[in-house]
This record gives sequence, C-alpha cells and structure tokens, in this order.
Amino acid sequence: MSSPAQQSAGKPVAFVSAQALRARMHDAVNDPHLRQSFRGAMDFLMAKRAAQFPDQGELDSLRSLSESIRQYSLSRLPDLLEQLESNLTRNGVQVHWAETPEEANAIMLGIAQRHAAKLIVKGKSMVSEEIEFNHAMEAAGVGALESDMGEYIVQLAGEKPSHIIMPAIHQTKQQIARLFAEHIPGVDYTDNVDALIQIGRRVLREKFEVADIGLSGVNFAVAETGTLCLVENEGNGRMCTTVPKVHIAITGIEKVVEKLEHVAPLFSILTRSATGQAVSTYFNMISGPRRGEDKDGPEEVHLVLLDNGRSQAYADEQLRKTLQCIRCGACMNHCPVYTRIGGHAYGTTYPGPIGKIISPHMMGLEQTHLLPTASSLCGACGEVCPVKIPIPELLIRLRGEANSAPHANPAMVGQGAAYDPKISLLWKLWARLYARPATYRAFTWLATRFRALTPTQQSGWTAARTPLKPASRRLRDMVKDRR
Amino acid sequence: MSSPSHGANAPRTYPSRPEAVYFYGTCLVDMFVPEAGMDAITLLEREGIRVIFPDNQTCCGQPAFTSGFPDEARRVVEAQLDLFPGDHPIVVPSGSCAGMIRWHWEKVCASDPALKARAEAISARTYEFAEFLLHVLGFNRKDEGPATTVTLHTSCSARREMGTHLVGRELLARLGNVTLAHHDHESECCGFGGTFSLKHPDVSTAMVSDKVASLKATGASQLVTADCGCMLNITQRAAREDQDAGRACASLPGEHLATFLLRRTGGSPCGEQK
Repeated sequence: MSSPAQQSAGKPVAFVSAQALRARMHDAVNDPHLRQSFRGAMDFLMAKRAAQFPDQGELDSLRSLSESIRQYSLSRLPDLLEQLESNLTRNGVQVHWAETPEEANAIMLGIAQRHAAKLIVKGKSMVSEEIEFNHAMEAAGVGALESDMGEYIVQLAGEKPSHIIMPAIHQTKQQIARLFAEHIPGVDYTDNVDALIQIGRRVLREKFEVADIGLSGVNFAVAETGTLCLVENEGNGRMCTTVPKVHIAITGIEKVVEKLEHVAPLFSILTRSATGQAVSTYFNMISGPRRGEDKDGPEEVHLVLLDNGRSQAYADEQLRKTLQCIRCGACMNHCPVYTRIGGHAYGTTYPGPIGKIISPHMMGLEQTHLLPTASSLCGACGEVCPVKIPIPELLIRLRGEANSAPHANPAMVGQGAAYDPKISLLWKLWARLYARPATYRAFTWLATRFRALTPTQQSGWTAARTPLKPASRRLRDMVKDRR
Repeated sequence: MSSPSHGANAPRTYPSRPEAVYFYGTCLVDMFVPEAGMDAITLLEREGIRVIFPDNQTCCGQPAFTSGFPDEARRVVEAQLDLFPGDHPIVVPSGSCAGMIRWHWEKVCASDPALKARAEAISARTYEFAEFLLHVLGFNRKDEGPATTVTLHTSCSARREMGTHLVGRELLARLGNVTLAHHDHESECCGFGGTFSLKHPDVSTAMVSDKVASLKATGASQLVTADCGCMLNITQRAAREDQDAGRACASLPGEHLATFLLRRTGGSPCGEQK
C-alpha cells in the first residue's frame, strides 16, 4: 500500500465539495418538511433507545465492556484477520481481500460472471453503499436489487440512504406510495403502510426465487470459529444468505472479533442503541456453505474484506478509535446537526458524527475537510456511543490534520487540505496576544474604551444575532475598583 | 484521568470549605459580561470566601484547541500555569472554560511531562462556579424576591464534561419563590460551539432559533444560565428576532445564574448599582 503522503502529493486543494456541502446544508435547514420529519424521527429513536436503558449503571458497564471488546479486537486486528481467514477457509468460505472499492467490485463481478449471474439480491449493507456496488454491477450488466424495505425504497427513488439504519427515513408514506404506484407494474396508489409493506414483500419474494447470488453485509466476524454474524429485522438477510446458490458477504476489516462470547454484549448494545429493540427479529450466524446432508443453504459462500482507508485510521493510535464503531447510528439520532440537515446533506455514504470521522479516511481530507468543522462539539454523540468512541476529540484531531501546514509523513491522505497561511497567522497572533498578559490587557482596554467602534457586521455571528459589543469596563477593572 | 464526556461520569468528591479561592473569570466574561463575573465574586465573598483574582489571566485556550490549533492553544495555556501558586480551589464561571481546564489542559501539554504535571495539578482543583457554590459552599439563602418563573439552559460542557447539569436546577430549587419551567429538548445544544457559529451560520442559526423557540414556549419571564457563551448566543438571537419583528422589549432576557442568585437573595448585582 502506498503511503498517504505519496497519494496526496501534487493534488490540488479541492474547494468545490466544501462549497457543495455548504449549499446542501443551507438548503436542508431551509426545508421545513425535512426539518420536521427528521426532528420527529430522531425524537422517536432517542425515546426508544432511552427506554432500553432504564438503569444508568447497567448502561455504563455495558458500554465499558463493549469498548473493551472493540479495543481488544483492534489491538489484535492483523492476527484476528488471519485467524478469521483460516477458519473461514476451513469452513468452506472463500475469503477475498480488497484494498479499494474498485478491487472489491472487481472481485464480486468476477464471481457473478463465473456464475453467469443476471440478478444479485441484496440484504442491507452499508459497505456495499460505500463501494457503490449497485452501479458497478449495473454497469457490467448484472442486476442488483435491494431487498431491505428501506433500501428498496431508496433504490426505487434513485437515492442514497439518509441514515445507516433507516435508509428511507426521509421519505413520507405518501412519497413511497407514489414511488410504488409509478415503478411497480399493476400497483395502484395506496398510502396504507401495511398494504405498502405487503406489496414490497410480494415483489421481493419473487426475486429471491430467481436471484443467482445473494449479497449481505456482516455485523461481526468471529475469528475463532469462522462465523459471520448478521443482524436484521425483516428476514430478507436470511433469504439473501440461504436461498440463492451463491452468497457473497462483504465487510470492512474492522468488524472482526476474537470469540463468540464477544458477540453477545456487542449484539445487545447494538440493537438497543440503534432501534431501541431489546433484540433484533433475526440474528444469523453463517459458518459456511451447504453441507452434504443440509436441505438448504448456498453452495458457495464468499467473504470480501475491504480496507478502503481503514488501515490508515488503524495506523494511528488515536484515529484507530474510529474503527471501534459497530454502526448503530445512535450518534446521528442524537446529533443536533444531523437532526437539522438530514443524511443527504453530508454527501457521504456514512452521514452524521460517525460519517464526519470515518469519511476522511475513505475519501481523503481534500474532499471532506469541512465535515469535521460542522459540529458544535456538544458531545451528544460521544455520550451515547455504545463503544465510547470519543467523537468530539476525533473531530478536533481531524480539524488539526486539515488546518496544519502540509508536512512529510502525514497521518492521513489530504493532511493540510484546509491549510490557509492567513488563518494560521491569525491564530499565531491570537496566541501571542493571549499568551502575553500585558498585551492582552492593553488590547482589552482598547476594545472596551473604544467599544463604539466595534464593527456591527461580525461574520457568521450577525447572520442571525445582534452584534457582540464589549462592555464599558472589564471584569478586571471592576475587581480593582472594588478594592 | 480521562474526560467524562464520552463515558460514565463518576461523581466528583468535593473539598471542604476553603479559606480562599482563585477566580478565573474567562476572556468572554472579562470583556463582554463582566457583571456576571463580578456577581459571582460577590456571592463567593458573601459566603465568607476570600477571592483572589490573578491579574495575569487571559484565556483558557479553548478557541484554538477546538479549532484544531493545538500549538497555539498550548502557548496560551502555558501562560496560565503560573497563575495559581497556592493550593486554593480555582473557580470558573463557565462550564466550557472549566471543562477546558479540567480535561483538556493536560492534553495540550501532553508532549512536555513537566508541563503536563503542572496542568494536571491545576485541573484537579478546578470547579465550575455553580457546582462550587452548591457542593462546596452548600449555598442556601432565603429567596427575597417576588414570585417568578424562569427557564434554565445548561451548557453542553456543564452537562457532558463537568457533569454539573443538575446543579443549576438544585440551586434554583432552593429559592422558594422561583418556579423553574423546563423546555423541550433541554439537553440539546444551543448551537454556539465557539467558531462553529461563525463557520456554519446556517446550521448554528437553525439550532439557536429552535432553542429560543423552546425557551420562549415555557412562558418564563427570563432565561438563567451558568455559561455566558450560550447566553450571548441565545439572547442575541432572541434580540435579533425582536428587532426583526419590531418588538421594543426583549422577549427573552437572560442573565448569568450568579447575577440571578445574588438579586434573589438580598444582594445587589453590580449591573444594578447606582
């Protein structure tokens, strides 16, 4: 793998995506329908989660345990991945390694072509979104159909998921009713939710029977036993992984844990944090293809392990914490920024707080340096994270990586992407002023004595507020006068 | 020591009543809301505490730290490490500056062990003003004011870094004639976030506008908060809404908890002295 420095050398600083992000954020906050629907949905999810953790002490200890399991797994990541590969291979699962999205898609297309596959039916997988799997397959003439209801809706609408757990949370039932009536032959408009679900089930059920390949994600990969664990609610994951002749699972390299007993606490805190469920409707444990006497199951099982920037995060002790994530989405549900702008505004596969800290590793800081700044650092994400990722601390770190002057051996691709010598100089001057008490006193004396000259246009502040104006006397003047 | 903002918040043990404290006023209070600092000092002195105001204090370094300029933050923090030679507690009338000193000074000084040790010694005796008043001094004075209803905003730093989010409630509950009206989404950020409010005005405005609406919906006569950053953000947004609507009176006046407590318990806030 080439070093981050080599990859970023000579690339121009991209301002385009930062401008686009600003424009999307502007549009989102000014869309009353979006604001109302995300507020309502996030309130609902926050209440559901809170109801699952009535005992703060139990939550605290489960979070600590989950954090420890994830940190332990990451500390042994290279060993565990080797162990996983060897045990999966022993179980009859074919393991593939992909450094980039292109490699992952090429591997899976190769499998599809060997089987002359026409249709791949998919369970929910954010990694498949990350690599734009559907586009890659369709470009090669292989159909890829989402079978998770939310993902199916998003696919029909030609959109991307706006939430990692509830991909179509931005869609109203009326919008979904129109989509179904428009795209599914023989379906009339109905906004009855039960009827819509039945329509979706009927369409997808037919597809499971004819699909050549089933694709799924992985929530936990157990090294010791060579087991792939899949958490889901609709049963479509089980269908995808058992009905078609070939099953391909794809996941990021960070999802491995050592033992089965490590899965139980993570599974418990995952469903409770994500959807406020004590347990999901389905929990699948996949240990290989159909064996001789088995009545069902795929004849071939593949696992694609994707890097896509994860080893960059892994290489740095602090940034490695990003990889503790178990993709519950609680950070977005509790984020005041996500609640205001929704998932699409971010323009990344993973939105919300986790997206702000993981996307820079996948896409580089040139494209993403504005994301870590779009946070008030309120800490709500870190407070609810089931594996205690210090998200605010990582946001600050990423701001620093983006701001600092480009240097040799950077920790990330795109280090220095937001470097601006003028801004850096301003902070240097700021530090001089505030590190020298006498200068500071002179400055504040002037600012208060000449407060009438305070500018009334104060950048973003006065966009929505009355201007700040220094007091007529400083606290230190009052303290002195009093004695 | 690790910041509690991301994990279980172990209850802090508080010292017994000291003879004296250092008062770290913060740069925001020094220049923009000095009366809040003065009223906090008056309250402490009224409780019999000698208040030392180190004249060389400037800023806790938070703006540079959170903006991703750790070297600049360290330079400013280094200049503050000499301010507290005695072993008195350090009292800060702001959750976010207190949180910066308590959890982040040691991080910005991490590359220099000697510096880090000094920062840690300071962190360990740094308290947010309201928690100090409640937990160390056991503030319990008779409410002498007329019946009123107020609403309270607790900063994210007080809530998630200092773990003092219940302190404001408890102090107000000790005032017999004051009713506290809770607002919806009380634990949600007001949208200030320091440079966030400058860098992302669209989202920050959306957040503060919602906060103002929630606070106003309580029908409370005023806002009380122990953080001047949040206070300026909220009240100056409300003032702008008043201005745009042509209202002459402030629809959401706000003041620091110290000022409010002082007035209610027979003291005279410095902004109201003749």
